[in-house]
Amino acid sequence: MAPVVQTERDLRLDLFRGIALWLIFLDHIPNNIVSWLTIRNYGFSDATEIFIFISGYTAAFVYGSAMLQRGFFVAGARILKRAWQIYVAHIFLFVIYIAEIAYVMSSFENPLYAEEMNALDFLKNPDVTIIQALLLKFKPANMDVLPLYIVLLLLFPVVLWLLIRNALIALVASVALYALTWEFGWNIPSYPSGHWYFNPFAWQLLFVFGAWCALGGATQLAAALRSPITMWIAIAYLVFAFGVTLTWHFPRLSYLVPRWLGEWMYPIDKVNLDVLRFAHFLALAALTIRFIPRNWPPLQSRWLWPAVICGQHSLEIFCIGVFLAFAAHFVMVEFQGGVHMQVLLSLAGIFLMFGIALVISWYKRSESRGSGKPKRPHDSDLAGGEA
Amino acid sequence: MTAWSFIGRAVAIGALVLCGAGMHAQSAGMCDVPGYLLFGDSLLQRVTAAVAKDKTLNIVVLGGASSTLPGPDGAQFAYPARLEAALKRRLPDLQVNVTTEMKPRQQAVKMAEKIDKLVLDHKPSLMIWQTGSYDAMRGTDPGEFLAAISSGVEKFQAGGADVILMNMQYSPRTESIVAVGAYADGLRWVAREREVPLFDRLAIMRHWYDAGQFNLYAPTKDLAMAKGVHDCVGRTLASLIIDAARLETLERAAQQ
Repeated sequence: MAPVVQTERDLRLDLFRGIALWLIFLDHIPNNIVSWLTIRNYGFSDATEIFIFISGYTAAFVYGSAMLQRGFFVAGARILKRAWQIYVAHIFLFVIYIAEIAYVMSSFENPLYAEEMNALDFLKNPDVTIIQALLLKFKPANMDVLPLYIVLLLLFPVVLWLLIRNALIALVASVALYALTWEFGWNIPSYPSGHWYFNPFAWQLLFVFGAWCALGGATQLAAALRSPITMWIAIAYLVFAFGVTLTWHFPRLSYLVPRWLGEWMYPIDKVNLDVLRFAHFLALAALTIRFIPRNWPPLQSRWLWPAVICGQHSLEIFCIGVFLAFAAHFVMVEFQGGVHMQVLLSLAGIFLMFGIALVISWYKRSESRGSGKPKRPHDSDLAGGEA
Repeated sequence: MTAWSFIGRAVAIGALVLCGAGMHAQSAGMCDVPGYLLFGDSLLQRVTAAVAKDKTLNIVVLGGASSTLPGPDGAQFAYPARLEAALKRRLPDLQVNVTTEMKPRQQAVKMAEKIDKLVLDHKPSLMIWQTGSYDAMRGTDPGEFLAAISSGVEKFQAGGADVILMNMQYSPRTESIVAVGAYADGLRWVAREREVPLFDRLAIMRHWYDAGQFNLYAPTKDLAMAKGVHDCVGRTLASLIIDAARLETLERAAQQ
């Protein structure tokens, strides 16, 4: 069966990826009251799932047509180029991060925190630390998503090839890798100890599933998604997850989760993309697709446009979000961190992300117009073209 | 997870407004913590039994560097000593004894190896196990951390001791450097699963910071604030023990 690569970009993807980027930004500011709005407080999954799924979907969308038209090697080279760009972006963020903490910690001698000072040990031996960072083994807090993305893209040429050849086999292989990872505890080691916080062998499931959906899987699922049974199962599961998360926020309610259920359910593993998290994402996605059709008028409205445009330039906006979260934390601790400030910085950050997305969008448009070259495949640049 | 601080914030804001209205916090109120942060449903039945049997309360604190203070007399101002003082004051009829076992720069797995010996040597009726900071710094596998804590608690209980788990300090400066969330969650889960009390130092200290009781961000070399924090940790820990071991009647009897 020839895979169908849709030709028109689905704005819903941009919208939700943009929103996911905002949520990731809000969650990355420590001690931020606005992060109460983010979905991780109301269910099992969080913005990372949305981001990885949509990234898989758009990667297949953009590079899938390239692979069909130009062949394995050209598309593969483009994917690897993208992985390289993300690697460079990650290292750039790492440098900013080091600069920030070196500054914040320079005046940190409080005897109360003698133990926490050890967190700076890595500044003392840059020879090891920087090499480990370049190898993606040393990853500071909140800088785990891009390395995951890099690994996923490195493997993507082969995955995409298989998806185009036989989508079902590719999906089954992905599920099998996920299952084997759970069975044997596979993961990539980290420095100074432990393993990757987002285990690529487990999280690939979402990415490949997203890609599979883009290459015709979504059409195959359409009938199931239209069924009211699916809808009610999804609603029931979301309500259940909401109830469970509520007991985390109010420990006094934890008696409401029966012991056997808690033993079976906890801990809900983020490192290895717990099935409960995956299912929670699926339920959210199923309801979203059901209630927000592809041609939903508000998608074109100016109110959703800020999120859409952020979602269209996801790599840049993601990096800026990580940087802005550092900066916001810096302002909060150096100057003032009250509730007003948290709200103000959160809003300012989202505005900046939007503003920068506008500039990038303008630049890319004027570049492609001014160069006089034939237009690049419209799906890879006009619509943001980010995988 | 920052999840716990929502009500805390509301309370904190309320408290600040009250302070602004001219009610100055008294020193006794310095350590105030909303009840939901401190008290849970897990009981310390072995402690209750030991107290009823021979009027002694033998406590061992197994902890990292944040269970003490630097300097030659640091230990006497650190929370284990402050806990002992608070318990002796509130329960004068009991023989209270707090021993500390310091394991700086050790991950929970390493700490857990010493448990059998600790239980044999000290025969505590209560173990306070403070851990998590170093694991978060080293990036231990959250699953391994959780397993180590869980089996450690089991060993303590098999040795006849109750356990209170204590998580890391709240440290606003290192918040964006050390991701403590996964480890704080791990301790919370084990506490839930094994039905042992959790002293949520992270949330409690954040509450004090938000409420303006301690400026934990201050770049000071002075021990004064550190002493204040440890004193409050000792006092609130005493409240937790008295509540979870149902020793209020003893306390009231002593007051009369």
